Formats: sequence, structure tokens, C-alpha cells
Amino acid sequence: MPEYATPRRKRFAVSALSFKHQKILVSIVFLAVPLLLLFLLSYLPVLNMFYYSFTDWNGTSLTKELVGLKNYVTVFSRPEYFSVFLVSIYYLVASYLQLALALYFATILSFKTRLKNFFKGALFFPYLINGVAIAFIFQYFFQPDGTLDTLLKLCGLGEYTQLWLGNPDIVNYSLAATSIWRYMGFNLIMFLGAIQSISDDIYEASSLDGASRWQQFRYIILPSIKSILVLNMILAVKGALSVFEIPYIMTGGGNGSSTFVIKTIDTAFKYDKVGLASAMAVVLLILVLVVTAIQNLIFKDRD
Amino acid sequence: MHAKKILLGVLKYTTLIIGALVAIVPLVVVFFGSFKTTDEFNATAPFTLPENFLNFSNYIRAFTEGKMLLGFFNTIILLVLSCIGAVLTGTMTAYVLSRFHFKFNRLVKNLFLFATLVPSITTQVATFQIINAMGIYNTRLAGLVLFIGTDIISVYIFLQFLENIPRSLDESGIIDGASYFTIFWRIILPLLKPAIATVVIIKGVGIYNDFYTPFLYMPKTELYMVSTALFKFKGPYGAQWEVICAGVMIVVIPTLLIFLLLQKHIYNGMVQGAVKE
Repeated sequence: MPEYATPRRKRFAVSALSFKHQKILVSIVFLAVPLLLLFLLSYLPVLNMFYYSFTDWNGTSLTKELVGLKNYVTVFSRPEYFSVFLVSIYYLVASYLQLALALYFATILSFKTRLKNFFKGALFFPYLINGVAIAFIFQYFFQPDGTLDTLLKLCGLGEYTQLWLGNPDIVNYSLAATSIWRYMGFNLIMFLGAIQSISDDIYEASSLDGASRWQQFRYIILPSIKSILVLNMILAVKGALSVFEIPYIMTGGGNGSSTFVIKTIDTAFKYDKVGLASAMAVVLLILVLVVTAIQNLIFKDRD
Repeated sequence: MHAKKILLGVLKYTTLIIGALVAIVPLVVVFFGSFKTTDEFNATAPFTLPENFLNFSNYIRAFTEGKMLLGFFNTIILLVLSCIGAVLTGTMTAYVLSRFHFKFNRLVKNLFLFATLVPSITTQVATFQIINAMGIYNTRLAGLVLFIGTDIISVYIFLQFLENIPRSLDESGIIDGASYFTIFWRIILPLLKPAIATVVIIKGVGIYNDFYTPFLYMPKTELYMVSTALFKFKGPYGAQWEVICAGVMIVVIPTLLIFLLLQKHIYNGMVQGAVKE
């Protein structure tokens, strides 16, 4: 007898419950673990961080004294803590350069191109590489007589070789360039996806009307990826504020390349000043939330 | 007009080739370096081809002395378990949030949404204390709990996907007398396969490349993951770049193979994962 003809008699015990009760039961069973983890690892840390930031806790002692706003005063008044925010500017400028490059490559790759998949893949692949590997690749790239120096000498520019990671005036440019190398492909793929969702008919119609490539870019491509461009510009601010891996692994934050997150992590885990580090993290968190709020305002207007 | 077109074409391909070279050259010199002997490495320029492309001694040293083998072992264990965990918790959460409309569920949805706003690196100071208090610091569980628990993006990818699965499918299951558990296992989960693939790709790449979780929470040598094992090359091999080069290639080559095999899925996955961030 074909199966579909038999009415199902065997029922699970659960299905004997009323639907409403079943829904409640399923909700509880399915949400218990995810909600517990969400609370433990997302909300509790934020709450604790606020609390720690008003104490002098060292992370291990059983007692912590409330010290009021002392940690915040330290963060804002001691130049060695606050000045590291300035390092973010290098990464911020770099990420706008990175967005411009990604937009350029996405635009030209969206037109007919030979070896398109090769170029797309080559430009994107760095984004997938392990951060520690990237740090080593670029330590080798920038080291004296490394890849960059050799290249410069080959081009007859030998006099321009520098201590790319050793000179405090240059180190942040080198690290920010590494960051462009790593993340540009990601923006490229985002832009390319947005551009490719534009219907071909529009290009064809505009070609028939005699539009140039620049006009196609200006009046078709740019408006249709505007929102994803703005989103990426805001993500760039968040990214620049929370730079950690590349400088931490490449220079350990030395030579004036320390970022706010490196300082925070070191303050907490190397110098055991959990209270002060928490205050730093709270400052950073508030900055990021402000940027997010601005982002939401901009996008609300659009919708 | 014709000349202009040619000029634009030349400009286009010149910039593309330069772009591709900038992306590839830093990797290629490391690849060359990984096959050189110590003397050869010190005597030759980065662009000089190695004398013997079959000189695997640096690779052997990186794998054994450098603990890369251990790193891969630990990474694969955590990667598989965390992906299973994240897919299970993610799909279950998304299923309840998209199909049952209790007031409580709306609150939960907002809780997950709000949590995405907090960049996790900022809260490590306090997360560390919680992991410590749970007694799982320096155990594999720390990585597992963190990789599963802080994964909120996947909930969003599943939610989005579920909105496009018609409810009539659930309802036909109910008419057949199935419970909601059965509907989830037999109908929803199989239909979510493409979304699961996306989540596994994003998650997999994320865990393989993650540095600070193993670095902060699992510093014990036996628990080295790929990132932390490679990071440790910094000290002992500081002057032996040929071994570091081999270590880097050992980490990069699996990524390259996966990328070549799953290109389309990776592009799609990355875009989907990013939009919600």
C-alpha cells in the first residue's frame, strides 16, 4: 500500500499536547541554551565591564575597591592612554583609500574583462588568510633587505629604503598598508555583488543613448550602491577604532604603533589593571555605539 | 574615439595586473623562501627561485618542532564541534523566532539584535573573568563555548532564510500530525541546507583564522590552534625565516585549496554574513 494513503496513526507524545503548549515547550527547549550563552557571553561581560570600570580590581584579588571615576580620569588625562586613539586615524584614512580602490576594481571588473575570475580571486584571496600568517608575510615584506627593499633596489630606488617597521614615523603607514592589503578584497566582493544586481538592460539602454563609461558609473552604478558604500564607510570607522591583530603580532604595539585595543588588552592581561582596562573598553564601546547610532539615523532616512 | 577606447583598455588591464601582483607577490616570495636552506636563504634575494623545490626540510621542522601538526589537530576538533554547535543553536533559535510569535520571542529577537552591536574584542576584559569563573580557562571547552556562544550572525542568516520558506510547509506537517520537533527535524532543517553551508563557511574561516580566542583563553601548549602555533614561531625561529615561511605556507595552503574549491559559496557567504554585521 502506498504510504501517502495511510493516515498517520502513530503520534509522538509531544504532538498530543495542544499546539499552544507545544509551542511553549519547543520555545523553552530550543531557546534555553542559546539564551544562556547570549546572556553569559554578551550581556554579562558588558554589565561587569561597567562595574569593573569603577573599581581598582586587578583581576585576581577577592576584593575590589570602588574608586569612582578615577579610571576614566586616567584614560582621558594620561597621554599614553588617550594618544593611542590618534593611531586610529592612520587606519581610518587607509580604509577610505581601501574603499576607493575596491570601488575602482569592482567597477572595472563589472564590465567585460578577460581573466575576470582570476583577477577577482587574486584581489579577494588575502581576506581569507590567517591574520598571524599575514603578519609574518608582511614582516618579511618590510624587513631590511626584505621584499620591499629588494623591489625598490630593482627599480633603481634603492635610496628610498627605510626601516619600514622600525621607524616610528613610518611604522603606522606600513601597518595601515598591510591592513588595506588584507581587507580590500572584502569590500571588492561587497561592491561587485551590489553592482552585478543592476539589470543589464539598464546598461544596454544607456549605451544606446550614447552614455560613456564614466556616465554609466556616475549615474547608474554609484546611485545603486550608495547605501552599501555608506554602510562600508561606517564599518570602516568601527574597524579603525578596534584595530588589534596586525600591529599586535607584527610590532607588539612598539615604536608608536600601539592601538587602543592593544593598550586595553595589555592593561588587562599584562599589567593586571582590570579596572582601568574596563574603563578603556567602556570608552571604546560607547564610541562604537555612537557610530552605530549615526549609521541607523542615516539608514532610517533612506528607508 | 577608437584611440581612447584602446587607452582605457590598456589602463584597465595595467591596473588590474598591478593589483593582482601586489596581492600575490608578498605570498610568492614566502613560498620561495620556504624551500630554501638556511645558507641559501641568507645569501639570496627574496625573488631568487629556490635551488630545490623539493627541499621539504623546513616544512618538516615547522610541522613537528613548530607544533603545526598539533595546531591542525586542535583546530579541526574545535572547528567541527563549534560548527555543529553553532548550526544547532542557530537553527533552533531562528526557528522559534520566525515561527512562533510570542511577545517573549520578540524580546529575544531584539536581545540578539542588540548583541551584534557590541564588538567582541572590546569585552574580552570581562569575558575572560566569566570563562575563568566557569572553570574552563585553558581547556578546549573555553574555545568551544566562545565560538558557539558569541555567534550571533548565524542566527540572522538562518532567520533571513527561514522567512523565505513558506509556512504552508510547516502547516502540512501539522495536518499530518507531526509535532513541532518533528517539523523542525524533518522539514525545516533539510530545507535550511544552503544557509547551513553559508554559516559553516563563514564560521569555518572565522575559527581557522581566529587569533585572540586561543591566544587569550587557551595558552597551554597542548591546546595550540593553527594561529597560536604559528604565532609561537616568532621567538625561537626569529632568525630562521625559512622555517617561518614554511609555517606560513602550511597555514595558507589549506585556505587556498578551500577557496579554489568553493569559490562561489565563499563569495556568497562572505557577502551574506557581512550585511548583517
